[in-house]
Amino acid sequence: MTTVLFAFVLLAAVASFVLARQRAVSVVGGEVSALHSRPSFHGLYSGLWVLMAGIGAVILLTIVPNFFIDRALMGQIAAALPDDPRIAHQLVLSDAKALASGEIASKTDDLRLEIAAKYSSSAGLWNWVRVIMVVGGAVLAAFMTLGAISPDRRARNRSETIIRFILAGMATIAILTTVGIVMSLIFETLNFFNKIDWQLQKFLFGTTWSPLSGVHEGKLDADKVGAIPLFAGTLMITMIAMLVAVPVGLFAAIFLSDFASRRVRSVVKPMLEILAGIPTVVYGFFAAITVAPFLRGSGEAIGLTVASESALVAGIVMGIMIIPFISSLSDDVINSVPQSLRDGAYGLGATKAETMRQVVLPAALPGIVSAALLGFSRAVGETMIVVMAAGQGANLTANPFEAVTTVTVQIVMLITGDTEAETAAGPAFTLGFTLFCVTLLMNFAAQRLVRRYRELYD
Amino acid sequence: MFDNEKAERDAGVTETKISAKGVQVFYADNHAIKDVDVDIGDKTVTAFIGPSGCGKSTFLRCLNRMNDTIDVARIEGQILLDGEDIYDRRVDPVQLRAKVGMVFQKPNPFPKSIYDNVAYGPRIHGLAKSKADLDEIVEKSLRRGAIWDEVKDRLQSPGTGLSGGQQQRLCIARAIATQPEVLLMDEPCSALDPIATDQIENLIHELRQSYSVIIVTHSMQQAARVSQKTAYFHLGNMVEFGDTSDIFTNPIDPRTESYISGRIG
Ligand SMILES: Nc1ncnc2c1ncn2[C@@H]1O[C@H](COP(=O)(O)OP(=O)(O)O)[C@@H](O)[C@H]1O
Ligand SMILES: [Mg+2]
Repeated sequence: MTTVLFAFVLLAAVASFVLARQRAVSVVGGEVSALHSRPSFHGLYSGLWVLMAGIGAVILLTIVPNFFIDRALMGQIAAALPDDPRIAHQLVLSDAKALASGEIASKTDDLRLEIAAKYSSSAGLWNWVRVIMVVGGAVLAAFMTLGAISPDRRARNRSETIIRFILAGMATIAILTTVGIVMSLIFETLNFFNKIDWQLQKFLFGTTWSPLSGVHEGKLDADKVGAIPLFAGTLMITMIAMLVAVPVGLFAAIFLSDFASRRVRSVVKPMLEILAGIPTVVYGFFAAITVAPFLRGSGEAIGLTVASESALVAGIVMGIMIIPFISSLSDDVINSVPQSLRDGAYGLGATKAETMRQVVLPAALPGIVSAALLGFSRAVGETMIVVMAAGQGANLTANPFEAVTTVTVQIVMLITGDTEAETAAGPAFTLGFTLFCVTLLMNFAAQRLVRRYRELYD
Repeated sequence: MFDNEKAERDAGVTETKISAKGVQVFYADNHAIKDVDVDIGDKTVTAFIGPSGCGKSTFLRCLNRMNDTIDVARIEGQILLDGEDIYDRRVDPVQLRAKVGMVFQKPNPFPKSIYDNVAYGPRIHGLAKSKADLDEIVEKSLRRGAIWDEVKDRLQSPGTGLSGGQQQRLCIARAIATQPEVLLMDEPCSALDPIATDQIENLIHELRQSYSVIIVTHSMQQAARVSQKTAYFHLGNMVEFGDTSDIFTNPIDPRTESYISGRIG
C-alpha cells in the first residue's frame, strides 16, 4: 500500500510539473520572456510542493499511527500476560500482525487472534485516513501552486530555496547518523565502565582479558577486563604488517613513478590494483591455509617453533593486503612533486637516484608519512585476516611466532558468541570505541600532513 | 677558481664554446628542431628569440642533454662543447650537466634550506673538501648571484620562503655553485616583476665575465639589453643568427623583420 502511495505522489508531482509549466506559458499568452522565471521553474516549484506534501504525509501517517497502535496493543498483551517478559509480549504482537495479514505465525491462540482482529480493524481505519490525507495533500499542493502562477512570481528563487533545504536535510541525515553511531559507542562505553565501577585503569592496563567469565553470577569481573593483551597483539600484528607494506609499497611506487618504462607501468599498475581488489576474507584463508603451514614448516627446518596461528602470519598477509594501498597513495604524492624540481636537480647534474633520494622523496615525505598512517589505521581495524590467522586466546607475548589476539578478533568473538547480546555488548562497544579513537586520530594526523603538503605545492 | 678571467677578458678573444651542426629534434613524430647550425662563443651572452613553440627551449635543452629525460625525444646531429661531442657514448650526461648549468623559467628551489640549495651541486659532485670549503663556495655563489646580502642572516631558512625574484637568483646561485662553464637560462625573468628582472639582467652582465651564457627570452628589449649575439627561431628553424645590434637594426630575413617589428607574435 505504501508503495502505491509513493507511486501516486510521484505521478502527481510529474503531472503538476507539466500542468504548471503549461499554465505559466498560457498566463502570459505564450510571451515567455514576460515571465520572471522560465516555465520549467514554475513546473519545478509546483512539482516539488506536491512531492513534499505527498511524501511528508506518507511518512508521517505511517510512522505515527503504527507507534500508537503498537503501544495500545502491547498494553493489552501485557495485561493479559502480566508474568511474561517483554520480549514474549513482542513475540505475541508480531505473531498477531502476521495472522492479521494472513501469514504464518509461530503459534496461534485466542490472545493472538484477538489482538490480530484489533490490529486489522485499527490498521484498516488508519489506512483509509492515510490514503485520503496523502491524496488530499498532494492535490491541494498542486492546486495552490497552480493557482498562484503569475508573471511576477519568483518560481526560480523559491524552487532553489526548497532544493537548498532538501540538500541540507540530506546532509543533516548523514551527520546525524554518524553522530548517533558515535553517541551510542560512547554511551555503551560509559555503561561498561560504570559496571566495573569506573576502574578505567583495569581496562586500559590490566593484562587478563576474559570479560565474560563472571557472566553467570550476573556481574563483570573488573580484574578480567584488561585489554593490554589485545592492544599488544594488535600493535604487534600492525607493526609486522607495516614492516612488510611500507618498504615494498614505497619502493614499488618509486619504481613505478620514476624508473619504470611506460610499458612496465601499464602492466604493473593494474596488477597492483587487482591486489587491492581481493576481498579480505580471501587474504584470511590464504593466511590460514597457505602461509601458516609454510611458515611453520620453514620454521621447523631451522629449529624455530612457529604456532599454526601466529602474529607473524597475520602480520605478513595483512602487510601484503596493504601494499597496494601504500603504493598507490605514495605514487600519487611522488607524481605530484613538480617536474620542475626534478629538472632542477637533473640540471645540476644529479643522477636519477640522487634526484629521487635527495629531492623528490624529501619533498614527498609528508604525503608518504600520511599514506603510512592511513595504512596503519586500516591495519588496526582489519578483521578477517586476524580472525582466521592470528588466534583467539588473549595471550600477552612479545614473540611473533606465538598466537596473539587483537581488538577486532575479540569484538567478533563477543558478538558472535553464545552469550546474550546485551551482556557482550559492553566490552565489545568499549573495544570498538577504543578502535574508533585510534583510527580517528591516525586519519586526522594523516589529513593534516596532506594539507600541509598541498599548501607547499599548489 | 676564477683566476684567469681577467687575463682572458683583456685578450678580447671570444673563441667558440659550443658548436652545433645539423641538429634535429623529434618529439615522437613532431619535428621540433630542423637542421640547426650555430657557433656559440665563450664569455658572450647569446639570446634565443622567436614566437612561442618555435623550439627555443627544445634547442636549449639539447645543449645539456636535458632532453634525455623526456622519453619521446630523439636528437640527431652533432653538438660540440670545447670540440668534444656531448652526444658521444663516452660522455656521461650527468657530468655534462655539471659543466653546462641551467636556470629554468619558473624558480624551482628545492624544499631545503637556502644553504642546502646552493650546496646541493657541490655536494653531489664532491667539489668541497671540507665544511669550510663548502661554506666558501656557498658564500661566493650567493654573492655572484647578487643575493648574498639578502639571505646571509638566514641561510638555514627554507629557500621556498623567498620572494619570486629572490628564488630565481637563488636558483642562479645554485647553478653557479657547481662551477659550470656554460649557463643556460630559459626565460629566467618571465615569472618576475620589473625590479627583479632588472636585478637578474645586471647579474647576467656580471656572469658574462666568466661564462658563456645562453638566454631564451620573450622580450626583445631584454635580448637587446643583455646579449651580444642573437638567434631568431621560427617553426623549428634557426632563421637568423648574428650580432644583436645587426639583428635588431638590420634583419636580413623577412621573418625576423616581421617578428621584430611585431607582426609575428
Ligand atoms: N616534452 C615535450 N614532449 C612533446 N613535445 C614537446 C615537448 N616539449 C616541447 N614540445 C614541442 O616542441 C615544440 C617546441 O616547443 P618549445 O621548445 O617548448 O618551444 P618554445 O620554448 O620556443 O616556446 C612545440 O611544438 C612543442 O609542442
Ligand atoms: Mg619555452
